[in-house]
Amino acid sequence: MIRIPCPNCGPRNSNEFRYSGEPRKRPVGDDVTPAEFRAYLYEHTNALGWVKENWYHSAGCRRFFQIERHTLSNDCRPVGSAPQESAS
Amino acid sequence: MSVRSATEVPEIVDTSGQASTQRRGSPGPAKYSAINLVKKGLSHGEWPRTFHDHELAKSYDVVIIGAGIHGLAAAYYLASNHGITNVAVLDKSYIGGGGSGRNTAIVRSNYLTPEGVSFYERSMELYRDLALTLNFNVMFSERGHLTLAHTDASVRTMRWRAEVNKLLGVNSELIDAQEVGRIEPRLDVSTNTRYPILGALYHPPGGTIRHDAVNWGYARAADKLGVQIHQNTEVLGINTVGGKVTGVRTSRGEVSAPIVLNCTAGWASLICDMVGLKLPLITHPLEAAVTEPVKVFLKSVVVSGSLHVYVSQTDRGELVFGASTAPYPSYSMRGSLEFTQELASHVIELMPSVAGLRLMRQWAGLCDMTPDFSPIMGFTPVEGFFVDVGWGTYGFKAGPVSGEAMAKTIADQMQAPIISAFTYERFPAGTLVGEKGAASVGH
Repeated sequence: MIRIPCPNCGPRNSNEFRYSGEPRKRPVGDDVTPAEFRAYLYEHTNALGWVKENWYHSAGCRRFFQIERHTLSNDCRPVGSAPQESAS
Repeated sequence: MSVRSATEVPEIVDTSGQASTQRRGSPGPAKYSAINLVKKGLSHGEWPRTFHDHELAKSYDVVIIGAGIHGLAAAYYLASNHGITNVAVLDKSYIGGGGSGRNTAIVRSNYLTPEGVSFYERSMELYRDLALTLNFNVMFSERGHLTLAHTDASVRTMRWRAEVNKLLGVNSELIDAQEVGRIEPRLDVSTNTRYPILGALYHPPGGTIRHDAVNWGYARAADKLGVQIHQNTEVLGINTVGGKVTGVRTSRGEVSAPIVLNCTAGWASLICDMVGLKLPLITHPLEAAVTEPVKVFLKSVVVSGSLHVYVSQTDRGELVFGASTAPYPSYSMRGSLEFTQELASHVIELMPSVAGLRLMRQWAGLCDMTPDFSPIMGFTPVEGFFVDVGWGTYGFKAGPVSGEAMAKTIADQMQAPIISAFTYERFPAGTLVGEKGAASVGH
């Protein structure tokens, strides 16, 4: 069980939320190749450490928001609140 | 195929104290047999260590990262099938400490895609003879496997799977709820439940194996053939020159090797990052638990995709439960109360009579999920860097065949035919496999 700090509703159990993936830029335009689009679909960072990610509070305010979460400890913090020395 | 010890039938020999005394003090043959057991019992002789510690050499022909079932099996088959013995298996922790020792030890081959079925069927074949091949009792128990269907859609998928399986010679059939109740009388097959059991895919050859024994058996057999297993040796980086692997940097020094195989499952992305390779892997934790031991009442392995639970009873009598993966990526292997609560409610719905059982332990393992529920095996764009990753929730049952196929791929420098559908290239090319028979897929 992990707790997600919703900016609107406060800290809530993660089962109220839907994980919506790491923020990525969707390739747009007519000149996007299938390979580029597949890279967008399939290539993930899957990082060990602090990651920026989107969550959707489906059983609460029903809003999308971004937080930073540590993928080993599952600690969360607001985006951009990282201490200078561990900004990785 | 190696059948070294398969034909060795123990002869009647003298097991008197005289013979035993002669053996005392010498390491003796490492072969496990009833006769040696009696001899050791009478002489109180020590069994030799099953595998040994070594100094890290300056160079190896092949370095395998990850000493789980996949890494150890690949090392064993490289040595036994292809004569490549200058192999090091490196692990940052102890052997079988990741998914290989955390899974629920279920084996089956009733998958949905022809690629998947023939692949997992080969694994079952190897598992059946593994105790003889490795001379190590892996406690394989072919007890039957039931995948329950709770919805019409699910019954349809089961029918589809059964037909694909039959066509490929795998024993698998769709049965109705009464038949399910006859095979497992403790299951609630009434229509009073929230998700009534409508039928099941019955797979008699499915069963369980002791996963630790598979790890130790492969480690012992590989060690005997000259493979070096290095525990507590973390890989910190991979050296490349001009897009070609030259070696690895470890916590115990540098090692040069022209071939590096990544068998690190949940941590595979971190190893691939070292050569700048991005794979479509997302690591999700999956939790499991066991109850206190009770008298054996559950013969087969029971799986319910809709209720996200699979359960089997060990030889000791504990019920082993597994669930579906966590809905968010994480490298955390902590247990959670949420899992226990959900698991309990689902299990009690399936088998009301286990409501009084107490849980003893719970744990989590890491699953490196791919978008098409199939592994990524073989060559990568980095020359000399091979992968055997993307094992999600099905890595244990594929251990032997993956080791065999990766050993063949490395020895022949050509993708082994049995894993031709599982290449890395399928993602840029858009030819995914789509294995909906995987355990984590809800039907």
